[in-house]
Amino acid sequence: MDLNRAPTDDLAALRRMLLVRAFEERLAELSKQQLLPGFVHLSIGQEAVAVGACGSLAASDRITSTHRGHGHALAKGCEPGPMFAELMGREGGYCRGRGGSMHLLSLEHGVLGTNGIVGGGIPIAVGSALTSAVMGDGGVTIAFFGDGAANEGVLSESLNMAAIWRLPVVFVCENNGFAEWSATDELTAGRIVDRGTPFGVPSTRVDGNDLRAVQDVVGGACERARGGDGPSLVEAVTYRTHGHLIGEEAFTSPYRTDDEVAAWRERDPIALFAAQLVAAGQMGDATLGELRAEVEAELDSALAWAQASPLPDPDEAELGVLVEGVA
Amino acid sequence: MTRQKPRMQYFTRALNEALRDVMRADERVIVMGEDVDRSVSGATRGLIEEFGAARLRNTPISEATMAGAAVGAAMTGLRPVVDLMYGSFLYLAMDQVLNQAARWRYMSGGRAELPIVYMAQLGPSSSAAAQHSEAPHAMMMHGAGIKVVVPSTPADAKGLMTAAVRDPNPVVFFRDAALGGTRGPVPEESFEIPLGVADVKRAGDDVTVVAIASTVQAALAAAEQAAQDGGCSVEVIDPRTLVPLDLDAILASVARTGRLVVCDNGRRTAGAAAEIVSRVVEAAWDALRCAPAIVACPDVPMPFSPPLERALLVDAERVGAAIRQVAAAPTASVRPAEARR
Repeated sequence: MDLNRAPTDDLAALRRMLLVRAFEERLAELSKQQLLPGFVHLSIGQEAVAVGACGSLAASDRITSTHRGHGHALAKGCEPGPMFAELMGREGGYCRGRGGSMHLLSLEHGVLGTNGIVGGGIPIAVGSALTSAVMGDGGVTIAFFGDGAANEGVLSESLNMAAIWRLPVVFVCENNGFAEWSATDELTAGRIVDRGTPFGVPSTRVDGNDLRAVQDVVGGACERARGGDGPSLVEAVTYRTHGHLIGEEAFTSPYRTDDEVAAWRERDPIALFAAQLVAAGQMGDATLGELRAEVEAELDSALAWAQASPLPDPDEAELGVLVEGVA
Repeated sequence: MTRQKPRMQYFTRALNEALRDVMRADERVIVMGEDVDRSVSGATRGLIEEFGAARLRNTPISEATMAGAAVGAAMTGLRPVVDLMYGSFLYLAMDQVLNQAARWRYMSGGRAELPIVYMAQLGPSSSAAAQHSEAPHAMMMHGAGIKVVVPSTPADAKGLMTAAVRDPNPVVFFRDAALGGTRGPVPEESFEIPLGVADVKRAGDDVTVVAIASTVQAALAAAEQAAQDGGCSVEVIDPRTLVPLDLDAILASVARTGRLVVCDNGRRTAGAAAEIVSRVVEAAWDALRCAPAIVACPDVPMPFSPPLERALLVDAERVGAAIRQVAAAPTASVRPAEARR
C-alpha cells in the first residue's frame, strides 16, 4: 500500500471528487429545466467511494457500475462533455444517446457500463476478471454495487465463482443506507460485509466518506487481486444526500429525517478530505475554492459542447441492434 | 461443402467438432458451463484434455452468473460459449441474456461487441418433464439483439456452430433434444454456414412446409408419404436460424405453391410458427390460395408420462394431416376480385 502518495495525487483526487459533485449538481439543475429525459440518480455524498476506489486502478483496468453511476464513470476517467451529451440523449454521448444515465459504457475508459438492473453489473465484472485471468493481462476489475444489490442472488453466485477461480475482481458495495426508498437495515439480514466470509473472500467495512480509508482498503484489495490471490469484498458505508432519484418528492412520502440528512452532510467526504489536506499542509485555505472554480469552468464548456451535439436522427432508431444490422 | 464420400457423423459429435475447431483456431474462444469437462450432452466432451481448465470452465450451478460472466468476458475480448444444458435453464439466466447480452450492442450506440454463444437444449428428451423440456426459441426471437439458431441436421449443426462462435453478436444456439443421436453426412474439415440462410430440405411445387429443428424430420417423412399417397409435391424449408429469418426463401416457395404449413415443437401462442405465418400473410397475401396451417405444441407444460409427452409433440402424422388439409382446401373465395388462378 502506498501510504505516501504524492501531493499532486491527493489534489487530483480532491479535484475529481469536486468534478463528480459539480457534475451531479448540474444534472439537478438541468433536470429542473426539463433538459434531462428519463430517470436520474445522483451520487452526491458518495464521491469518496468512486474516486477512492478508482484511484487504485490503471487506465486499462475496468469497472462495472450501477444505476447511480455517473461518479464511477467520471472517477474512471470519462469526460464530462460526452457524459452530459449521453444523459441528454445526444449523438455526442459515449453511447450516442442510446443508453443514457443507466446504460453508459465507455470501453476505452474501462467502463463496462452503468446498469439499470440492480446487481446486473456484478456478473459482468466477474467475466471481465475472467478475461484478465485467461489472457494474463494483469488487470483488475471493480464491481460497484449498492446495498440493494446485496440482496440479489447474483452477488452470492459471483462471490462464489470469483473465489473458486481466484479472479482479480474487487466487489465494492456502496451502502448508502437505502434501497430505493426503504431503509437497508429493514431489508437486509446481517451485515453486508459478512457476506464474503462464507466464500472465504476477505471482506472489509470502511468509512465510505473517508477518501483515504477507501483508497487504502480498495488499494489493498486490488494489490491482492493483481497478485493472483483472488477477489475481495469492501463495504463502504456512505449516504446519498439527494435521495434515490431526482423528482422523488412528487411521489414518495418522507422516508428519512432532516436531522439524519444534516448529520451526514456534516461528514461530507469532500469537506473532510479538504480539511485533511489543509491540516497536513498539502494545500492552502484558498485551494479548494480555486479547484471548484476550475471544475465549474470545465463543466461550463463540457455542457456547451454537449448541448451543441445533435439529437439522433429518428430514422436511425432501428439501427444498431446487432452488428451489421438485422438481416 | 461437396464431398465425394460423405462421412457420417452424429449431431452431437458434429457440434463437438465445431467447438474443437474454433477453439483450435482462436485462443479467445472459451467454453463454460456445468460439467462441461465430462459433458453430459457430449457437445464439449474431450475439450478439457486438449484446451485445459483455463479455457474449459466447469462452472457452479449459477446460470445467471455464467451468462453474465460471458457478457463481461465478451466485452473485454474473449469469445465465450456457455452451455446452459436445458432450454428451461435459460429462464434462470434471463436477466443477463436479455437485459445485458442482447442489449449492450444497442445501448452502447454500437461501441460494444458481444460475441457470445449460449447453447441450450430445445424441447424434451424422453420424459424430462415440464422443467427440463422447454423450447424458448420464440421468446428469444422476441428478445431483439440476439440471434437464434435451430439446426436440424448434423452438418448444419457443425457449420452453424462455427459461424455462431465467429459471429460478433450474442447467439442462442439450440440443440434439439430429439436430434442428439441422429446421424448424417458431415464434412471432416471446418466450415461455416452463414446465419440467416434457409435450406430447402426437399423441393416441391404444391405445398410449402416450413419446419423448425427436429420437426424437419417429421416434415420430410410426411412429404414422402404425401408424394406416395396422392402425388402431392411438398417443399420442405428449414429456416435454420430464426434470427435472422430468411423470409425471402419462404416467400419464394409460397409464391409457387400458394399453400403453407409451419411446424414447430415450441408452443403455439406467440410462437415461432405463428410469427412465420404472420410474416407470410402480411407479405404474400395475394400468393396464398388458402389459410396457412400451424402444427405446433399446444399451450401446455410438457408432461412426464410418455404417452402424454408424445401426444403434444409434432410428428409425421400431424404434419401429414395439415398437408392434406391445405392441399385439399379450395382456392380462397373470399377475395373474388383476386381469384385469378
